[in-house]
Amino acid sequence: MLCDRCQKRPAQVHFTQVINNTKKQMSLCSTCAAEMQAESLGGLPQLNLHDFLAGLINHHFTGNQIQTKSLPQVSCEKCGATEAQVAKSGLFGCSECYSQFGQGVQPLLKRIHGSSQHTGKVPRRTGGKAIIAKEIRILKGQLQEAIRQEEFEKAAGVRDRIKDLEQQLQ
Amino acid sequence: MSLRETVSNPYSKWLDASGPESDVIISSRVRIARNLVGYPFPHLLGYDNADKILYAVQSAIESAAIKEIVGQLELSRMTELSPTERQILVEKHLISPDMLEQPEKRGVVLSADEVIDIMINEEDHLRIQCLLPGLQLKECWDLANKVDDGMEQILDFAFAEDMGYLTSCPTNVGTGLRASVMLHLPALVMTQQINSILTTLSKLGLTVRGLYGEGTQATGNLFQVSNQVTLGLTEDEIIDNLIMVAKQLVTQERTARLALYKEQQYPIEDRVWRAYGLLKYARSITSTDTMNLLSDMRLGVDLNIIPNIPRGLIMELIVMTRPAFLNKLKGEDLNPAQRDIFRATLIREKLNSLS
Repeated sequence: MLCDRCQKRPAQVHFTQVINNTKKQMSLCSTCAAEMQAESLGGLPQLNLHDFLAGLINHHFTGNQIQTKSLPQVSCEKCGATEAQVAKSGLFGCSECYSQFGQGVQPLLKRIHGSSQHTGKVPRRTGGKAIIAKEIRILKGQLQEAIRQEEFEKAAGVRDRIKDLEQQLQ
Repeated sequence: MSLRETVSNPYSKWLDASGPESDVIISSRVRIARNLVGYPFPHLLGYDNADKILYAVQSAIESAAIKEIVGQLELSRMTELSPTERQILVEKHLISPDMLEQPEKRGVVLSADEVIDIMINEEDHLRIQCLLPGLQLKECWDLANKVDDGMEQILDFAFAEDMGYLTSCPTNVGTGLRASVMLHLPALVMTQQINSILTTLSKLGLTVRGLYGEGTQATGNLFQVSNQVTLGLTEDEIIDNLIMVAKQLVTQERTARLALYKEQQYPIEDRVWRAYGLLKYARSITSTDTMNLLSDMRLGVDLNIIPNIPRGLIMELIVMTRPAFLNKLKGEDLNPAQRDIFRATLIREKLNSLS
């Protein structure tokens, strides 16, 4: 039996390909089989991260409500970047853009990261309230743990500390 | 080591094949993205502002805080380097290919041992990187964290309480942390388990790439695995997740190597010795062939089939035989055919000097 693809060499391998739920079976020579396998893996169009992201940003800025299109184009007061530019490049113009473009940003981050709340490192000098907020998060974890272990004295101490910190936040 | 030496020496600490799990894990890298308050991000940055950022970083690395915490660092502007030397920094994985565009705006900070590396005005104002051999992600993060602590005493980084560190691309927001490991996975490739593993990794929020960054194919069975999510997890969580996955991959690769060698002893030995023979005697060899043959040879070293070849030498050869490095060693711009000949000569010399 000859190879289904090149019709030259003898078929040695059964090759099964599933495209859009349709199963296609072929008998191939080893050369064609290797080529087909490489194609099915590497032949996919390379997705450019920025293009992909641009599509996402576009969706969050304008896709949700069609009427926003008729509103005047929002731009960042600080760096002058417009929503259209950001949507096109997939990059924000400056750190202010994140607050300037307000409502679209949070859902975008949620879609990319599955979260929109930072829980990691906080800069010591400029972190402000975030430092306290982070400590509260850690203490709350400790409180749960202390209660679970039935160490109520320790839990009371942690609870008081949380109260203090929460007052500082206000 | 000064930057001059960095671009003329193929050796980098991350290449010395020491470190834990170094039979499978080549190197660990941690990168954190930081931006200065009050300036546009690099892609909208004019020449004047780009210059100001370079100066700000210069003054930060000269500060007592950095010297005390991290030690001596050296900043070089891209314009101080020749195009070949810039390309060598890319080949040594110290800067990204994007740094080659608009060199007037960009710079790089390096520590003497090339472990600490800061790209200035790449996609973000600062990209602090630490690179170590083997599986040392925690050590990388601790070091990068220290550099960040020192920098932060001098520089105002853009930070929002809810969103964390603000970056030019929203995919880096939050921790700004990208951790990655580079793995040599020949047996998982040969036993065709690699594709199902790669699919699984993507489900775990990890990205897999070839050796030379975004969008490159895996030549020489080298894969780079990194975290995708940077927001909502702490740095320690991100690092721990990746360590767990890396260890799992090490186990799977080792198991596959042993099984393969047991089942197919002669084909494997043949493959390894053929690679060794070709590398040792070929008179002209392309860069892709070199990578693939070096991968086979390395597998032979790991399985104790070929004795007396240090793993570090194999990594050195990978860097040394890249196009820009060959030009630098030869002292002239070679065309591809000349390069293939020079590459083969160089590999022969290196391998013959062992025996």
